[in-house]
Amino acid sequence: MARLDGMRANRRDVLAAGAGALSLLLTRPARATPESMAVAIRSFVGEATVQKGRVALDIPALVENGNSVPLKVTVESAMTSDDFVKTIAIFNERNPQPNVANFHLTPRSGRAEVSTRIRLGDSQTIVAIAQLSDGTFWSDQAELVVTLPACVES
Amino acid sequence: MRRPPLRAWACVAALVLGATTGLATEIPPAQRRSGFDDMSRESQAMQRDDTANPGMLGVLEGETLWNEKAGFAGRSCADCHGDARASMRGVAARYPAYSAEQGRPVDLEGRINLCRETRQNALPLPRESREMLALSAYVAHKSRGMAITAGEDPRLEPFRARGEVLYRQRQGQLNLSCAQCHDDNWGKQLAGAIIPQGHPTGYPLYRLEWQSLGSLPRRLRNCMVGVRAEPFAPGSPEVVDLELFLMSRARGLPIETPAVRP
Amino acid sequence: MGRALINVPAKAKRGEIIEIKALVSHPMETGYRTGPDGTLVPRDIIQRFVCTYNGEEVFSADLFPAIAANPFIAFTTVATESGTITFRWIDDQGRGQIETAKITVE
Repeated sequence: MARLDGMRANRRDVLAAGAGALSLLLTRPARATPESMAVAIRSFVGEATVQKGRVALDIPALVENGNSVPLKVTVESAMTSDDFVKTIAIFNERNPQPNVANFHLTPRSGRAEVSTRIRLGDSQTIVAIAQLSDGTFWSDQAELVVTLPACVES
Repeated sequence: MRRPPLRAWACVAALVLGATTGLATEIPPAQRRSGFDDMSRESQAMQRDDTANPGMLGVLEGETLWNEKAGFAGRSCADCHGDARASMRGVAARYPAYSAEQGRPVDLEGRINLCRETRQNALPLPRESREMLALSAYVAHKSRGMAITAGEDPRLEPFRARGEVLYRQRQGQLNLSCAQCHDDNWGKQLAGAIIPQGHPTGYPLYRLEWQSLGSLPRRLRNCMVGVRAEPFAPGSPEVVDLELFLMSRARGLPIETPAVRP
Repeated sequence: MGRALINVPAKAKRGEIIEIKALVSHPMETGYRTGPDGTLVPRDIIQRFVCTYNGEEVFSADLFPAIAANPFIAFTTVATESGTITFRWIDDQGRGQIETAKITVE
């Protein structure tokens, strides 16, 4: 990248800056894909295997408006200090970014249960992964169709 | 997010135009219902829960504004009206109301601005501003659960009738009237959503599409742009007459402010 | 940030699992929208939510632009003792907002 901090920019710096600016104009904000969601999940779970089960992702299959979609995740867990859910991470495959939220629970949580409202830019798959205190990972996923209400803001 | 293509709208228009030959039929009183019933269970739950309803954030903000001194007179709403829970009870249910000062009906926002200008010596709040929406949400919330009684004052009849003309007239490039969707085809699907009867029971409301509170004129703007008509300006005589008609048509249904809608 | 609505039961029995709901006013500007002039509206979101119970952290969340405007979070915690439950929201710029609720545990 060109340095613009008081040092005299040489010709190569200026050309590089120009090319950089042009590429910014040509690219649009990146969109998540099933591959980038897989990468994001990999960076959360590392080398561990993610098993299906114990997690229940509750989200309407037909979404009225993608701006605000209620989501609830529950994980079967005793939530004691020896055996509890440490983190629940939510991922998506078609929003600009693959992460949605990470919820950090503690043995004081009582139940592994979290609700929130999320944004969905398109019909897609949502994945919820729970990291347990014993180092295992469990997951659930849901496929959603996002519609649009009639008569929207122009 | 994708918008329904113009082609889809044209298909709808063709179907509706083909289907209706006579005057649009009014909804029988027994069949009237709020748009609340047409929403998903999740959206209904969001409206019902005061801690989950984002419109309640506006009501909270309105409470602060109600108690804040304003204008050169240095007076707050509370200074004249006291506790809103008592003084504003039932007010929104009978709006738009006749204003002797103006010689015509005003909507709630118009009434708030009249107070600001004539009693508080303050500048009017811009319509659709955060403050105006918060204050009108706060006032209308005090009528929540109460039956709408708008339009009973005989002086309002000529204006209500003008509003009814606007409701029934075809407009825009798609040449559709409000009545064709909301009287004749309520309950059917349009672009993935159920067509409601169009009763303004919960304004200002939190529309998920807006991600914020908004007024009835804003919602009507969305409809009118949808049929490719020039929308009415908020506070204009046309939109107040139309609101008066819609509220009269909704008489008996309870106020829901702050409602949630998709 | 603005208004917040918190729902914490005023009273609970010791050991009871209580549900807490928190709603805060914030546009959660994603950074992917274009404004009326065609340029991208810069990102401005709440990225962290922390709940402490008499000073000890019992729940927290990392939020991303996919969280809806006016973020709403509901979670549970065990009513262990009387005291104060504190809620903190922190945005991209590190600005924070704090709300508290008192609970009586018998």
